Amino acid sequence: MSIEALPAEVAELAPATRRPGMARMLVRNPSVVIGATIVAFLALMGLLAPMLGTISPSEINPVFRNKKPGAERTIRADDGKEMQFVHRFGTDSLGRDVYSRVVYGARVSLIIGVTVAAISVAVGLAIGLVAGYIRWLDGIVMRFMDGLMAIPAILLAMGVVSLSRAGVVAVVIAIVIPEIPRVVRLVRSIVLSIREEPYVEAAITVGTPTPTLLVRHVLPNTLAPLIVQGTFICGSAILIEAVLSFLGIGIPPETPTWGNIMAEGRSLFRIFPHNIFYPGVFLAFAVLAINMLGDGLRDTLDPRFAKRV
Amino acid sequence: MAEAAPVLAIEGLTVALPKGSDRPHAIEDIGFSVGAGEIVCVVGESGSGKSVTAQTVMGLLPRELSATAGAVRLEGENVLKATSARLRDLRGTRMAMIFQEPMTALNPVMTVGEQIAEVLEIHTELSEADRRQRVLQIMRAVHLPEPERLIDVYPHQISGGQRQRIMIAAALVLDPALLIADEPTTALDVTTQAQILRLIRELQGRRGTGVLFITHDFGVVAEIAHRVVVMQSGRIVETGARDDVLRRPQSDYTRMLIASVPSLKPPPRAPRTGPVALATERLSKTYGTRGLLFRGRVVKAAEGVDIVVRRGETVGIVGESGSGKTTVARCVARLVVPTSGVIRIGDVDVARLPESRLREHRRHVQIVFQDPYRSLNPRRTVGASIVEGPMNFGLAEADAKNRARRLMALVGLAPDALDRYPHQFSGGQRQRIAIARALAMEPQLLIADEPVSALDVSVQAQVLKLLDDVRQRFDLAVLFITHDLRVAAQVCDRIAVMQRGIVVEQGTAAEVFAAPKHEYTRALFEAAPGRNAQFGVAASAA
Repeated sequence: MSIEALPAEVAELAPATRRPGMARMLVRNPSVVIGATIVAFLALMGLLAPMLGTISPSEINPVFRNKKPGAERTIRADDGKEMQFVHRFGTDSLGRDVYSRVVYGARVSLIIGVTVAAISVAVGLAIGLVAGYIRWLDGIVMRFMDGLMAIPAILLAMGVVSLSRAGVVAVVIAIVIPEIPRVVRLVRSIVLSIREEPYVEAAITVGTPTPTLLVRHVLPNTLAPLIVQGTFICGSAILIEAVLSFLGIGIPPETPTWGNIMAEGRSLFRIFPHNIFYPGVFLAFAVLAINMLGDGLRDTLDPRFAKRV
Repeated sequence: MAEAAPVLAIEGLTVALPKGSDRPHAIEDIGFSVGAGEIVCVVGESGSGKSVTAQTVMGLLPRELSATAGAVRLEGENVLKATSARLRDLRGTRMAMIFQEPMTALNPVMTVGEQIAEVLEIHTELSEADRRQRVLQIMRAVHLPEPERLIDVYPHQISGGQRQRIMIAAALVLDPALLIADEPTTALDVTTQAQILRLIRELQGRRGTGVLFITHDFGVVAEIAHRVVVMQSGRIVETGARDDVLRRPQSDYTRMLIASVPSLKPPPRAPRTGPVALATERLSKTYGTRGLLFRGRVVKAAEGVDIVVRRGETVGIVGESGSGKTTVARCVARLVVPTSGVIRIGDVDVARLPESRLREHRRHVQIVFQDPYRSLNPRRTVGASIVEGPMNFGLAEADAKNRARRLMALVGLAPDALDRYPHQFSGGQRQRIAIARALAMEPQLLIADEPVSALDVSVQAQVLKLLDDVRQRFDLAVLFITHDLRVAAQVCDRIAVMQRGIVVEQGTAAEVFAAPKHEYTRALFEAAPGRNAQFGVAASAA
């Protein structure tokens, strides 16, 4: 039996085509483009905050309290020079510049959003893979996750903050813990369906060790949905942080975050609405943009949704 | 019959494919007719355009496709020109369709009676009581047992064959002139298939319905057709009366298709006397939920199965769905843990080996799966899939790649194609790659779990030949799982027939096919479509 005697199908191979590139498909999706542009703008804003005509966001000026947007004052710099400074967004009840606080606030919000998304996706992915693949662990892990999911983020935040000091770390922990079970459930459901795929079983029969099998054959299937889930977690984390700060159980009030600025402006809202209006607008745009990005990614990465118009 | 105006006349019909497809037209300039009381079978392999033809007639073409030329006349009326309102009127009353998959074609949240009555509700003025009477009447006509009880059950409560009967009842309740059947028995077991075919023939004979029957199976054609239309790549290559086409095919393509249909008569084979590669003893697998509080439902998927496969021998396990044949295969491959019994691979009983000790034995048993589209990881190159196993057992990457290249050539594919992804290959090519992946492990036993059921008949023949070649070349023991008696007859030295988890009959292929002992085996053979047909070319070629 020679090799030549076997039927040669070689010529029939289809020309080497590639599926349309993922990057090109993403660029064509308007909600991805709009969402990504706004997010990029906000990220740049946070990054370049000192260069955007801001002054120190925590500098208190009792003389210049509660000024409406557009109020001007003279600032004396350290070297003695004087300059006119316009409070574009007005000042708050301690005389701090709302514009500077809003611009700097983008830092905290985005950092918290991204950190929470990254941690909960990473932890959830690991737990989900294990729970989905190792059958006897599934029941135990998932009941524990159900328990975690039942804890409201705000309540947990109060607990964490009262145990330690209020701060970014406490807030991140408080938001991450209830998010993890959602990621675990998502990953587990994907693993449960993928583990039945013949190519996974084929890998078992060629003796692929379980950790390799999970990373090589199962994990790649979870990435697209996880990226999407990550953006939604990011958006909701920013929102929850704002709520926590607004309620006074999040980041300490001297740190500028959008939630803190709004909390500070709450008591004088009727007379000086700008204290709540400007951070509110930025918060709304940030969450909207991140969610648009997530929607667009889902449509592009997950064709099952894309087909439903 | 031939003189009367045909129920359906298709003239010069062309349906364009969207730009960027591999060919410009899904179907091109086709024409044939279906007379009253006539069954016309449209036969072809996948991609031949047979289903598009049916969809065009029903006005159900997907939005990307459109008929660009020709006419489809249903009792003289061109349905291509019909408004959507008119089409709705025609569907159900003048033409009706039954589909391949009776589970998804029925709405799971409506009782079957309601679904048949829906047709009446839309197209007639009958009162509710009258409708129920008509539904019961048609359910009796399709020989459903206890229509009074079945009328109020949901689709999941009845069997696949009964569901297909419900579909047929709903299609025929208004006595349409034309019934389109798109592979209506492909998803059914062979015994059920035989009953459904008989039912369709009986009903259309009694009611004078014209039937456009779409199938890929020449056995079914031989069983049911009056006339045959053979399609290839969107064109008609041959039309004619059934016996003419089956016995004296004119075109090369038809000849090739018919020659590819395996014969039900096993060729003579010498008994194999090689060493025993696999022996199972009283192998049993019970699925069931052992609840904490309740005793769960227990399913005995396999019970007391004794099978022996020698080196160089192909042993077939034949049975219908739910017979336990795949369970046995999965136990032997240790993808599931058997409940009891012995699986001897060489000298070792692997039935209860823990995963850590099992690994060394896995390489001796490899499996080729049914669905070539799902058995290769779509994100990895086929080369990566083939070298994965050998590298797990310590072969250096360069050596593994060399082996993969040799195997690609061996299974008839270009070694350079190793860098490609599975989606760039056809189903048959993927199955070759799956075989190469299995061979890369240098196994003693190859389990082939319905390896050709998802393939077209011409490709099927090539893959079967390849499997036989590698069996000889490597002196492999092959455990061949199939529901297809024709395939089993051709490739198996010995055959075990399974029913409800039990091997009811076992023997050499020649014995079992010549003189089946068990009544279930006899029933299976009785039901094999086209068993009495003469496939002219096949007989002379074999």
